[in-house]
Amino acid sequence: MNSVPIRALLVRGMIAGLLAGALALAVAYFLGESHVDAAIALEESHAHTHTHEHGEELVSRTMQATGGLATGVLVFGVAVGGIAALVFCYALGRIGAFGPRATAALVAGAALLTVYVVPFLKYPANPPAVGDPDTIGQRTGLFFLMIALSVLLAVAAVLGGRRLAQRLGNWNATVAAGAGYVLAIGLAYAFLPSFDEVGADFPATLLWRFRLSTLAVQATLWTAFGLVFGYLTERLLPAGAGGGTAVRPVPHGVGAG
Amino acid sequence: MAQSANPTTVTPAITPVPARAIAPWAVFFGVLMLVLLYFVGAEQGATAVISGEAVHEWVHDGRHLLGFPCH
Repeated sequence: MNSVPIRALLVRGMIAGLLAGALALAVAYFLGESHVDAAIALEESHAHTHTHEHGEELVSRTMQATGGLATGVLVFGVAVGGIAALVFCYALGRIGAFGPRATAALVAGAALLTVYVVPFLKYPANPPAVGDPDTIGQRTGLFFLMIALSVLLAVAAVLGGRRLAQRLGNWNATVAAGAGYVLAIGLAYAFLPSFDEVGADFPATLLWRFRLSTLAVQATLWTAFGLVFGYLTERLLPAGAGGGTAVRPVPHGVGAG
Repeated sequence: MAQSANPTTVTPAITPVPARAIAPWAVFFGVLMLVLLYFVGAEQGATAVISGEAVHEWVHDGRHLLGFPCH
């Protein structure tokens, strides 16, 4: 029982990411696409005043909403699933007395929070027709900077919390580390530039619903990933401490597969 | 409060995977995954490796609904 199989965990992470991506794809298609379509309809109705030359369409709307959307969300799922599996490999046994399943849930929850929710609160997702094409470079750079800051600060908070735990106890150390993270993120929010590029005639409800649907996509993806990956790792690593109720008595020779 | 009074639930702590065992996997696959994320999330937006707009147009809806700045 010396080594945790990293390769097996990575493969399971990508499989769980693919499954989670499929669920997120369903949410994106049924919840989000109507808002994208509505926003594009608004954009086209203003097209004569707007120099957004689409020319001839490279990819039809139908393909964008089906094959294109599926490519984007599924590749995203596999990629973040793989990364999360690697993070899990490192976190397992290092963030406290959590078994594989609980560690998977914590990694997924932390990923949703630090990679999506925290950057989203500063730089929320925009539907088509919102956002000035001239600032795309700045907005992209700052969005990724915000993700990087959020992740690095969260890692710092976890490492700091582990140190404090010896002096303050687990609960107080976790609260202190969380407070430090919130404070640092608040400073980043305050000092990084913001963008206000929503047209005066863009419907507020459409913007709100679009943004909520992007949040639903990410929440679905990470929740599903945490649960599926947790299930797979719990089966892979039975020696673990977690979920003590269902430790299976299978030392060898299961055979029935 | 009562956590130390229950010896039957004491479980062996999981031995962490050594960082040096993870490192090669993390570097190789971490970079590979980030490249994938770049192509889904940002290629032919603010920066472009491939000329044209085919990648951008193909993943357009995914980019919007995954929260990436698109255009």
